Parts: sequence; structure tokens; C-alpha cells
Amino acid sequence: MSGNHAGEHHRHPESSASVRARALESLLVEKGLTASDVVDKVISAYEDDIGPRNGARVIARAWVDPAYKARLLENATDAVEDLGFGGALIAVVENTPTVHNLVVCTLCSCYPSALIGLPPSWYKSFAYRSRAVIEPRAVLREFGLELDDSVGVRVWDSSSELRYMVLPMRPAGTESLTEDQLVGLITRDAMIGVAVVPAPALAG
Amino acid sequence: MTMQPDRQIADMEGEGALPRKNGELVFDAAWEARVFGMTISMHERQLFDWNEFRNELIEEIAEAERDGTTSTYYERWLDAFEHLLVEKGLLSHAELTARLEEFTSGHRDDAF
Repeated sequence: MSGNHAGEHHRHPESSASVRARALESLLVEKGLTASDVVDKVISAYEDDIGPRNGARVIARAWVDPAYKARLLENATDAVEDLGFGGALIAVVENTPTVHNLVVCTLCSCYPSALIGLPPSWYKSFAYRSRAVIEPRAVLREFGLELDDSVGVRVWDSSSELRYMVLPMRPAGTESLTEDQLVGLITRDAMIGVAVVPAPALAG
Repeated sequence: MTMQPDRQIADMEGEGALPRKNGELVFDAAWEARVFGMTISMHERQLFDWNEFRNELIEEIAEAERDGTTSTYYERWLDAFEHLLVEKGLLSHAELTARLEEFTSGHRDDAF
């Protein structure tokens, strides 16, 4: 190895596997066999889908089974355990046509990880943690969610003792979908409350 | 338009199963996620069958276990991926070695 300092900005010595991975990516991109933005997309698709799947199962069950839904709202910790998802104490809050719920952890980043994976980086940001409480509607607007004035917003502060998850509204036009198909519609953001579950695309 | 994870990859079982915690994928370093993403992006383009990669991976794991190598899951994945690329004629061993040398010597430093 030469004493060249081109890699100076790497403050810690880089592992040999990491250098190999960068060399490989550079070669594959150059040959047109992959593209870095596609690699980014793959990573986020797998991280997003695999994380929130358990939570999505809970929500889909609640949508199709009113007794389960009642139990989930009454005692979420036990209800999620029924489906095999144990973990920290959980409370589930229900969105309705007049109430929209939003979850934050103002102190740090408490989050129902067993259900929806690791928190996204914005969830841990100071901006989100402070503004979600002070101006939730503005925050929601930035996430692309414009709520009607008739809809009240409730903000729930998760802690290490109790973590909140939102039960989103079941979108119109999903009456004929199976529970498994419903699972596929439910996103992490909807269970945090920064989005709603969109109606499935009409085409196809 | 969002990409849907391929269940034959996400739900791999046995030796080749993806490392997880709480049901979620675990990457201990950024490069691990990059290598994972490269592999899957090229499988999506049908440059190889998933089973071809999986067999390479299982072989690497078995070999490392036999030799008592303390390598990690994704180090074995990286070995398996490089072998497959060379076997499929997508890259040559010489190209890989030359590019790696450019990176280790600092003559090249593409950031991803």
C-alpha cells in the first residue's frame, strides 16, 4: 500500500470488506450492470417492507375482525401477542373521520420496533420531536398529508414504558381484499401517523 | 412503482437466512447493505437466478465453517457474489483485482 492520502476523510480505518465492496460497486456501475440509485432503492425496499410487516398484520387483522379490533384498542400489548409479536408495552390509537393520531417520542426515539422495525431517521430528529407537538398540522402537511379543518389531531408521546402505534382507517374500495392483500397496503408511515393508507390503485 | 421485496430472498431459511433482529434485516456496516443491494439489483435484472447465488452463499458458509474462519455473514456473501460474477462471466478476476488495487492504493476513491 502506498502512503498516499486520498482516503484521508475516512476517519476510521476502513475494513477490507468495505473497500472491496466499494471497488466492486464502482466496477459494476461502470459496466452498467447496476446503478447506485437502484441499489439505494433495493436497500430501502427491503428495510421498509421487512420492518413494518408485523405491525401491518396487526392492522389488517383489526380491519377484518371487529372483535380483534376492540381487543387491540383495549389492550394492545396482549392483542399483538396473540399474533406472536411480543415485546414492549404498546397502545394503539384509532384514526376516525374526525380524529387523526400522530406518534412522536419527544425525549428520544421510543418506537414499537417489534411491530414496525427501526425508526426512520426523521423520527429521531430534533425538528420532528419538537414540531410534532407544537405544530402537528404543519408537520403533516410537509409529509404531504393535508387534513380537513374538521379533523382533530391528537399527538401521542411514546416513552420507554409505553409505545404508541396508529390504527389507520381502512381505505375505501378495499372491501373485496383479503387480509393478506390488506397487509400489503399498510405502510410504516401510516402506523406512525404521518400518512394515511391510500386506496389501492384502480388500474389492474 | 415502489419495489416489492422478493419473498424467495426475504424468506430464505436455514444456513443462508438473512440476519435479522425483531424480524427486520440487520446490516452491521454500510457496505453490507450496499453488497446486498447490488446482488439483488442484478438478480432483478435477471443476470442470474436466485438459486445460483444462494448455492454459492451456502457453499461459502460451509467452507468457512469447515475451516473455522471467523468471517461474518456478509463477508461470506461478498465472497459468494464475487465468485458468481466471475463464474457467470460478468466480471473477470483480473478486473476485480485491478479495481481493488486502485482503491486500496488510494488512486481511486469513488464514494457511494
